[in-house]
Amino acid sequence: METKLPPASTPTSPSSPGLSPVPPPDKVDGFSRRSLRRARPRRSHSSSQFRYQSNQQELTPLPLLKDVPASELHDLLSRKLAQCGVMFDFLDCVADLKGKEVKRAALNELVECVGSTRGVLIEPVYPDIIRMISVNIFRTLPPSENPEFDPEEDEPNLEPSWPHLQLVYEFFLRFLESPDFQPSVAKRYVDQKFVLMLLELFDSEDPREREYLKTILHRVYGKFLGLRAYIRKQCSHIFLRFIYELEHFNGVAELLEILGSIINGFALPLKTEHKQFLVRVLIPLHSVKSLSVFHAQLAYCVVQFLEKDATLTEHVIRGLLKYWPKTCTQKEVMFLGEMEEILDVIEPSQFVKIQEPLFKQVARCVSSPHFQVAERALYFWNNEYILSLIEDNCHTVLPAVFGTLYQVSKEHWNQTIVSLIYNVLKTFMEMNGKLFDELTASYKLEKQQEQQKARERQELWQGLEELRLRRLQGTQGAKEAPLQRLTPQVAASGGQS
Amino acid sequence: MAGAAGPGIGPGAAGGDGDDSLYPIAVLIDELRNEDVQLRLNSIKKLSTIALALGVERTRTELLPFLTDTIYDEDEVLLALAEQLGNFTGLVGGPDFAHCLLPPLESLATVEETVVRDKAVESLRQISQEHTPVALEAHFVPLVKRLASGDWFTSRTSACGLFSVCYPRASNALKAEIRQCFRSLCTDDTPMVRRAAASKLGEFAKVLELDSVKSEIVPLFTNLASDEQDSVRLLAVEACVSIAQLLSQDDLEALVMPTLRQAAEDKSWRVRYMVADKFSELQKAVGPKITLSDLIPAFQNLLKDCEAEVRAAAAHKVKELCENLPIEGRETIIMNQILPYIKELVSDTNQHVKSALASVIMGLSTILGKENTIEHLLPLFLAQLKDECPEVRLNIISNLDCVNEVIGIRQLSQSLLPAIVELAEDAKWRVRLAIIEYMPLLAGQLGVEFFDEKLNSLCMAWLVDHVYAIREAATSNLMKLVQKFGTEWAQNTIVPKVLVMANDPNYLHRMTTLFCINALSEACGQEITTKQMLPIVLKMAGDQVANVRFNVAKSLQKIGPILDTEALQEEVKPVLQKLGQDEDMDVKYFAQEAISGIAARARKLDFPVKDSDEPSVPGADKNHFWRPRGPREDTGKGPAYQLHVNTRDTLARLEMAELVLFFPKQRLIPLD
Repeated sequence: METKLPPASTPTSPSSPGLSPVPPPDKVDGFSRRSLRRARPRRSHSSSQFRYQSNQQELTPLPLLKDVPASELHDLLSRKLAQCGVMFDFLDCVADLKGKEVKRAALNELVECVGSTRGVLIEPVYPDIIRMISVNIFRTLPPSENPEFDPEEDEPNLEPSWPHLQLVYEFFLRFLESPDFQPSVAKRYVDQKFVLMLLELFDSEDPREREYLKTILHRVYGKFLGLRAYIRKQCSHIFLRFIYELEHFNGVAELLEILGSIINGFALPLKTEHKQFLVRVLIPLHSVKSLSVFHAQLAYCVVQFLEKDATLTEHVIRGLLKYWPKTCTQKEVMFLGEMEEILDVIEPSQFVKIQEPLFKQVARCVSSPHFQVAERALYFWNNEYILSLIEDNCHTVLPAVFGTLYQVSKEHWNQTIVSLIYNVLKTFMEMNGKLFDELTASYKLEKQQEQQKARERQELWQGLEELRLRRLQGTQGAKEAPLQRLTPQVAASGGQS
Repeated sequence: MAGAAGPGIGPGAAGGDGDDSLYPIAVLIDELRNEDVQLRLNSIKKLSTIALALGVERTRTELLPFLTDTIYDEDEVLLALAEQLGNFTGLVGGPDFAHCLLPPLESLATVEETVVRDKAVESLRQISQEHTPVALEAHFVPLVKRLASGDWFTSRTSACGLFSVCYPRASNALKAEIRQCFRSLCTDDTPMVRRAAASKLGEFAKVLELDSVKSEIVPLFTNLASDEQDSVRLLAVEACVSIAQLLSQDDLEALVMPTLRQAAEDKSWRVRYMVADKFSELQKAVGPKITLSDLIPAFQNLLKDCEAEVRAAAAHKVKELCENLPIEGRETIIMNQILPYIKELVSDTNQHVKSALASVIMGLSTILGKENTIEHLLPLFLAQLKDECPEVRLNIISNLDCVNEVIGIRQLSQSLLPAIVELAEDAKWRVRLAIIEYMPLLAGQLGVEFFDEKLNSLCMAWLVDHVYAIREAATSNLMKLVQKFGTEWAQNTIVPKVLVMANDPNYLHRMTTLFCINALSEACGQEITTKQMLPIVLKMAGDQVANVRFNVAKSLQKIGPILDTEALQEEVKPVLQKLGQDEDMDVKYFAQEAISGIAARARKLDFPVKDSDEPSVPGADKNHFWRPRGPREDTGKGPAYQLHVNTRDTLARLEMAELVLFFPKQRLIPLD
């Protein structure tokens, strides 16, 4: 059972350039994708949209909009909109083909009309338009066919009703972009509830749908000033739920892309609300398992913030260090990439605040047994700007990384890594020969001290454990008189036993 | 560690001043903030040790303030801290001082990471019970109120879990305030908080006075059940179960049912799913009258829901629903109002739905009785036995016992057989494994004749399956069959066939013979073992594949206890000694293991030894055999050690290890 799409019904009206929904991304790496290899029996698609409408009326084609006199245009328009509000069952691809065709033709005409004819969008048609759009797009998304859906590996479930749905989205977009569109009229219908339902659709598994939603939400944000704060708030709710409750939401990348352009437009100085969004939402987003799906968009948002307000750098970097991946090397490479993007725009005054913890982490990455992580970290030294920052602060940075680099240069299994480390050590030597010599000399001593410390620690815990046991015994002895507080005896008896 | 904080410590008993000179708090604190996370984590996990060393006074005045101030650590450390603090009451001086633990836990209850927060709430709930009523009002309730009015959603979410533990012990004035707090969280702006509140609504309702439930909880419930987010609405369904239990039938009808009806028809499938999933609980909570008037129609709708997830959840509940109906009139209701819908589900388009139904449908036969089962259910069983999806067939077969009690299995056997055969040969080994596990049950119900005629060949075929797990299951299946049908049957039907495999060209099949002997010897008894099995085992000691030889050694050790001394001395011992000199290291090792095992047993039986002698290894080992390595001393490095494991779970892995191990010197590598 493959996706049941009804026979070729590509819309005749072309999408406006730049808005055409991207096809599902094809990988061109030459490897067959897991989902293709894995012959998984597909369940039949379902879509909650189509609960049976038993009293389905028959649709009959109406006259074309361009054929009627202007006086009848709006009446016909609203009849067409009503026709487009009739829903069809796309799971059964042969059901009611005639009705589907009538609706498709009507939708095509509406798309055409709202995009090219001036004077169509008068106040009375707004509620009809929004009703038609709502009926078509708002639905509870069906349960995912594959509970472990991995957006990177698996084929998404495509929306069966796309032949109609696409035209509705196209119509909605052109409606919003029409020169006649009046936000002041539309805001009565495009309200908070409408936006909330729109945001919920971003969870759609169908990338084509999310692409339309992205453009549409962007236009809504641009045109409805009164909804902006609400949209931002709801986005952050979606993200927080995604981070802390579900770990599943398909549209994170798209929402972040919109936010990227929103952040770009923030006025200075940044409001506390926005800063809080960065620190409490965007940074924790890094901890999500499926980071790779939206990392590019997320990193863009973070860098946008830092370009707006450099004083946020310390927060951001400390945040990233807190969420630094412990077991996922793939994510670690992404973190390193983002860190370099941040360092590219960092101000030297900010750099000094975080250089030590940051470079300790970089050193840990260099010592990673996964060579891609080590390599990515060592590439930092190829970056001229970072190198100049290191040089200016070599008295802090070098001691933070030297021990690890020195040790890894002798131990790493991968020759490329070893030679990269030698290069780094060489730059250190050239940077500050004296400091380098001192560090080399103290390296051995430190190693010994570490061992000493470990021994002391062991002794400490041993002593504590013994003391605990003595106390416990003492407690048991003194159990009969539990309220004795000023008790040299207790301590003494503890000491004796 | 945690035990130190257990109830054994009386209040103040661990008091007194710590050995200051030895353990100044600074040193401990140094440990608690060591740069290395792992070391910090270790220190936190030993927090009770530290506290005990410091004594209650200094724990209160020095340790806890430090902990409260430095809560900016890795989540893992915080989680450990939150957990520790829940058991700390004894270490700070008992219930009188339990409130000292609130500040650090309060901070922990506001952190971002859910796991930490949840653990902090859990600990707070634990500690709340240790508070005196005065301390509860003075310290705990204010904390709950602070959390409930926190800026960020995390603290408000945490607060939701604390209302029900402090409410029952608070004064009336305070109770009103607590209710007010909870009300405001139920209408919070952030959906995360509303979800937390909704999930605690039922729990909170249970500790409230009935009047308050009616006047306050019900409106909150109605509100949450019509929330704009389906994730909130579905939690209200859960709360519904608790609330319904508290109300009288009339109140239920007026206050709860409208909302529940609405939930069963919610536009979001998640909410409907929840209703289906909680159906039995709801049914019990609302009682028989409303069940008949409202829940049955709702259930019918769920069974034909447009979403497969919902149908499957409802199908799972069919049996429980029917069981819980009032006995009087039950049959009519099931026959007229449920069965027609079930019939449709049997041919559902979705396999999960069918398989959910198949897992419970057999249970209906006991409820409906013999005649109805034969007339109405049997066709459904038969249809499901022929279903294209193996899971459906398997679910039917695995529940055969229910039907057996009512109509006897003969009714089904005609259709059963093809279904079993097909499953037995399914391409997926897990399906084959599942059906093997039902074989003893089937054998018992179908009787020995039917079994011999139809199923015996299947059981033998599994012994040469190309998947180890199947061969292994087939072996233990044989043992269970012998237990059922007796030794005579074994001797005539099973044993000859098993022993023939000892000459198979494939060494894996030869080993299967050995495994079967291991499993069967005990059930078959001494005579069969000595006369029929032992000669074969001994003969196999000359096998050219080392794996077979050391399995001979293992088998001999296994069947040793069943044999008499004479056989052991005359026949087993020489063979083992020969194997003990094998060129292969592992054969030697296992032969030696077997010898010492048998020897130890023999000594125990023949002449009692002193306790002190027993654990020592018999001297014979050291004299007669070169030991490649002390298998018990050497910690798991050598192959022999790895092979020494013979628990059921590791056998499959073991076989792979064996294969790898012997690959280089294998003269003959049989292929499956």
